[in-house]
This record gives sequence, C-alpha cells and structure tokens, in this order.
Amino acid sequence: MEQQSAIKGNSALDSLIASAEKLTSGGIRDDIVGGIYGVSASICREAVTYRDRGKLKSTHKLDQVVTSKIWGFPIMLAILGAVFWITIAGANYPSGWLASLFGYIEGYLTAGFQAVGAPAWLHGVLVLGLYRGTSWVISVMLPPMAIFFPVFALLENFGYLPRVAFNMDRLFKKSGGHGKQALTMSMGFGCNAAAILSTRIIESPRERMLAILTNNFVPCNGRWPTLILLASLFMAGAATTGALKSLTTAGILMGLVLMGIVVTLTVSWIMSKTALRGVPTHYTLELPPYRKPQIWKTILVSSKDKSLNVLTRAIVIAAPAGIATWILGNIAVGGDSILNHMASFFDPFAHLLGLDGYIIMAFILGLPANEIVLPILMMGYMSSGAMVDVDSLGNIKDIFLQHGWTWLTALNMMLFSLLHYPCGTTLVNIYKETKSVKWAVLSAVIPLGIAIAVTYAVAQAAYAFGWV
Amino acid sequence: MKPYTVAFAGNPNTGKSTLFNLLTGMRQHTGNWAGKTVITAEGTFTHNGKEYRAVDLPGTYSLYSNSADEEAARDYIIFEKPDVTLVVLDATSLERNLNLALQVLEITGRTVICINLIDEARRLGIDIDLKAISARLGVPVTAISARNNTGIKELLNQVERVASGAFAAEPLRIQYSEEIERGIAELLPLVEQSLGADYPARWISLRLLDGDESLLDSLRKASLGIKSTISKEVSGHGATVCH
Repeated sequence: MEQQSAIKGNSALDSLIASAEKLTSGGIRDDIVGGIYGVSASICREAVTYRDRGKLKSTHKLDQVVTSKIWGFPIMLAILGAVFWITIAGANYPSGWLASLFGYIEGYLTAGFQAVGAPAWLHGVLVLGLYRGTSWVISVMLPPMAIFFPVFALLENFGYLPRVAFNMDRLFKKSGGHGKQALTMSMGFGCNAAAILSTRIIESPRERMLAILTNNFVPCNGRWPTLILLASLFMAGAATTGALKSLTTAGILMGLVLMGIVVTLTVSWIMSKTALRGVPTHYTLELPPYRKPQIWKTILVSSKDKSLNVLTRAIVIAAPAGIATWILGNIAVGGDSILNHMASFFDPFAHLLGLDGYIIMAFILGLPANEIVLPILMMGYMSSGAMVDVDSLGNIKDIFLQHGWTWLTALNMMLFSLLHYPCGTTLVNIYKETKSVKWAVLSAVIPLGIAIAVTYAVAQAAYAFGWV
Repeated sequence: MKPYTVAFAGNPNTGKSTLFNLLTGMRQHTGNWAGKTVITAEGTFTHNGKEYRAVDLPGTYSLYSNSADEEAARDYIIFEKPDVTLVVLDATSLERNLNLALQVLEITGRTVICINLIDEARRLGIDIDLKAISARLGVPVTAISARNNTGIKELLNQVERVASGAFAAEPLRIQYSEEIERGIAELLPLVEQSLGADYPARWISLRLLDGDESLLDSLRKASLGIKSTISKEVSGHGATVCH
C-alpha cells in the first residue's frame, strides 16, 4: 500500500510539473523577485526613517579605501604584517619566561627524584621525556597563540574579512574559481577542516571542488605556531636584534602566506583548465557593516576556543609522544637507538628536500593534527642524545642547530608545512562533503606533490649555488 | 510535554548565531562575515517553564535553492515544520533583510520577526516603527540586541504566543504580476489535491511555475517517505569541527 501511494504521489507530481511548464513563458524569476522587493521597499518606506543619512555613509567611505584598486592590497598586507609583528614581538619574552620557569621547576623535580632514590630510567621517562617535552610545547606554542588568535578574531569581528574576500575576488575569478573561494580561503586561516564545510556556500559543484582542493594552502591554527616559531628562530639574520628582527620575521611570514595564496590561485587555474573545466558563475558578495567588536569577550572566547584548544590537543599528544620517543630514543638496537634507525631510514629522501629524517617522520606522525608536528619533532631531537637544559628560547634553537639545521632546513620545513597534505580531520571532511574517495585522495596527493616539488627545487638550488 | 521547535532563519551576518548562543548557552563560533554557519546546530532553552528546541539554520539571502545552504534551510521549514520560524533581521539593512522574511511568510505564518542590532541602528540614527511592520506582515515583530542582551524576554514572549497558537497570524500575501497570479490560480487546486494540506500550496505553486527542480526533488523524496537530508551535526558546532 505504501509503495502504491508513493507512486501515485510521484506521478501526480510529474503531471503538476507538466501543467506548470505550460503555464509560463519561462523566465518569471525576475517578476517574482521584483514582487518581493517591491513589498520590502514599500514596508521600509512606511516604517523606517533615517535621521541622518550621513552616518550611514561612514562604512561606505571606509570601504572605498580598504577595497579600492590602489589601496586594497597594500592595506591588506600592512594589516597582515602588523598582526604578525605584534604576535612575534609580543611572544618573544613570555616564551623565554615560561621556558626558564619550567627549567627552574625541572631542577626541583630532578632533585626530588634523586632524593627518593628513583631509578635513572624513571627519571628519564617522566622528567626528561614527559615533563620536558610538554613544557617545551607550552613555552613555544602558548605565547604566540595567545596573541595571534585573539588579534585575528578581533579583525574578523570588526568585519574586515569580507573586505579581504572582496579584494581577492577578482583574482579568483581570473583563476577560474568562484569569488566566494576567497571567503572559504579566509576561513582556512582559522581551520581547514571547518573551511571545507564552509565551501557549501559555493553553489556550483565544480567551483566548490576547486575551493576544497586548494583550501589547505593557507596555514591553519595548527600550523601557525610552527611557522611563527621557525620564522622567529631562523629567518631573521643573526645580526639583527629587537624591533628589526621582529619586523623581518613578520615579513617572512607574510611572504609565506602570499606564497600560499599564489599556489591556491595557480592550482585553481590549472585545475579549471583541465580536470574541472568551466566558466565562473556570478554572485553577489555582501560587505556587512563594520561593527565595533566586543573586545574583552572576543579575546576571552578566542583564547578559550582556539588558543587553549590547540594547545590542549598538542599537549595531549605531546605527553605520551614524549614518553614514547624517549623510550625509542634510549633503547639501542645494533649500537643505535630505534628512533635514529627510523630517522635514518627517511634521511636520504629527506636530504633531497633539504630536510632530515626526523622532520619527515614528524610530518607523517602528525597526520591526525598539524599542531603535533613540532612537538613530535622536538621530542625526537631531545631524546636522541643531545641533552640541553631548557631555560631559554636560545636553547631551543641550539637543539635544532645540533641536529644540523640551517636556514634552509627551517625554510623548507615551513614550506613543507604550508603546502603539504591537510590534516586527517580535513581529509575526512573532504570525503564526507564530496562523497568521493578519488577527490579526497587527490586533495592529499596534489598538495603533497607540490610540497615535495617546491622543497626539492629550493633545496637543490641552495645546494647548487653553495648557499648552505 | 514535547518541547516546541524554533528554527532560526536569517541572512548571513545578522547576529543569528549570537542570538542562538545567547539563548542556548552554546558556544557556536560567531564572526562578522557571511557563511559562518554552515551546519545546522541544535540546542535547547526554556522560557516560562516551557522547553524549546532551537535549530540554527544556515544564513541565507533567499529560499530559492541557489545553493546547498538555501535548500537545507528551505527543506527544514517545509518538511520539519518547526513550531516557530524565527527570522532574524539586521536593523541596519532592513530592506534587503525583509526579502527573506517575506519568503518565509509565504511558507508559514508561524513566524516571529526579530529585528536584531537595534542598538546599532539607533546609533546610526535609524528609527524603526515595529508596529507598522507587524501590521503589514501580520506576524509579531520585536527588536532586540543579542549582544547586549536587550529585548530578549519580549522576543521569547512572542515566540511563546506563536508556538502555543495563542497568536493567530495573518501573514502578508504578496501580489505578483498578472501572469504569475494566473498561473498560481490554475496550479493551486492541483497542488492541494496531490500534496494534501500538509504543504504551503500557494508557495509550492509559485516555485513550480519558477521551475524549481531542487524543490521537486525534495517533494519526491518526501512523498517516498524519505526523510529530508538536512545535515544535523549536533556535535559539529563551532570549534569542534576543527580538528
């Protein structure tokens, strides 16, 4: 019976469609929209009065500047640079303080272990592995995040991001994508996994796929700490100090972000000329009024939702990883630790890319979430012999240096982090959204290929010219 | 007693999610740009001892099935039949925002219009005559400021009136061009006959005239008893969708 009534329902629907088609000459959408707009306008004429139209124009005036053809991009870059500069300059000292605080406490912990006569391996696992690893993660990741995320959230709540999208819109159109891809890309700066869901605002499946495939070329919450730390430690020349150093670092980060955007546009362009051919569709991008953000609320919410979240996830992984890597680094097989064996397996390939085996291992193990790549790397380095007292950021740099890092290693790790496959959650979301294994795999393989190609080219160029 | 369902509709960037968070105590991420709410979040709140289930629909400009978002919002209102559809409007750009409200009213009279950001409008020197708007639309209209937590109690009182059926709505009917009205007049009896009284016949006639394929798909599925495919990722709001 169910079945029958359903079929009847469907045939009834079909005949309805047939009658509807006969009734119109087609193209009545304009009339419908016209009817609705007319009513809206008449209601507003009746019920809304403006005391001072000049006040309404302030948003408009500001927009004329920040979205102008001449000033749009320079202002965008200046704001981006300022955000980075504030983050780097502001995070420097707290990071150092935290590191010395943790180092100070570590002294007491060690003394305590000795006082009760605990075996050396227990001290190794708990203090040198678990405690040291976790405290490093907190010292290097917390201060930049505590500054960067709230500042970014303030900009977002003020209403600047749609202006960014507006400026970028033309570029995306030219590269064959949808203008709204600029919005989903901006969202990727926060979280790629969430941005994949946000591509639902793009109507055409083809353009939506472009937005999905290229989303991870902008750094997300999980990758900012890595980029910021490496840029601050390695990218500003040794001679520079203070403000100039922060400024250089900010410049480097900006360069990375711009490069991510260029890759986004290039990949969109190539895909739209090959596998995802088609004409861009039109759309309207709304520029919402600027709003004064609720400063304290925004800071509190973004600290809680983002900074603490990212940090918690990093620590949850870092703590067991600290123990595991310490054990792997201290059990010797055939004269070398297991960890070193694993790292040396990847070493030959890694050197082609200007990286080392530990870095590759960290990226592989970091697939579930990008925020754990750096912790895993640091654990690996720390457990592989070199014991350093951690009481300042300089010591953190020493650890990298002892493992043969140069500016090239740092640069290529940043590039790899920027360009490589998105995190596991993002990939799962891509699969859920596209319902296609093919596109989910491609969205990991394409970025990985680009990451390998770019780091390879940079490394080979640097070797060839004898820069390192 | 079963809780009343309240669906939150509205243009992107009207503070819809801010209101939703305020009422449900949830922490869905809010931000000043379009497309922030991409999934349907659910929460509950109580008012005058009665429980309400709040559903945050994606922010849309219309219900014309231009995108997956608009289809999701439309299907929810038509097929899930919330007890109240709360349309959140931005007081500072009322004219554009009203378009969505008018479309919702074509589907259901169980609607409350909530004009948000009224503080912002006052600051900009915009006066809004709520009574006049309410008289035209035929449903309750209230003004609030979600972020300053003002006007919320009155809003909930209106929601309660509509949910409990204490308020008899006479939603505004838009008079379209002659050609359209003629088409609607012919289709209306056919639609009522084949779909029954469960659906807003006038609105569906209009959409059929416009050749809305996606609505037809949804109706087909509904006639086959397939639940509409609106994605209800209850745990998926805000930061938790981030890894």
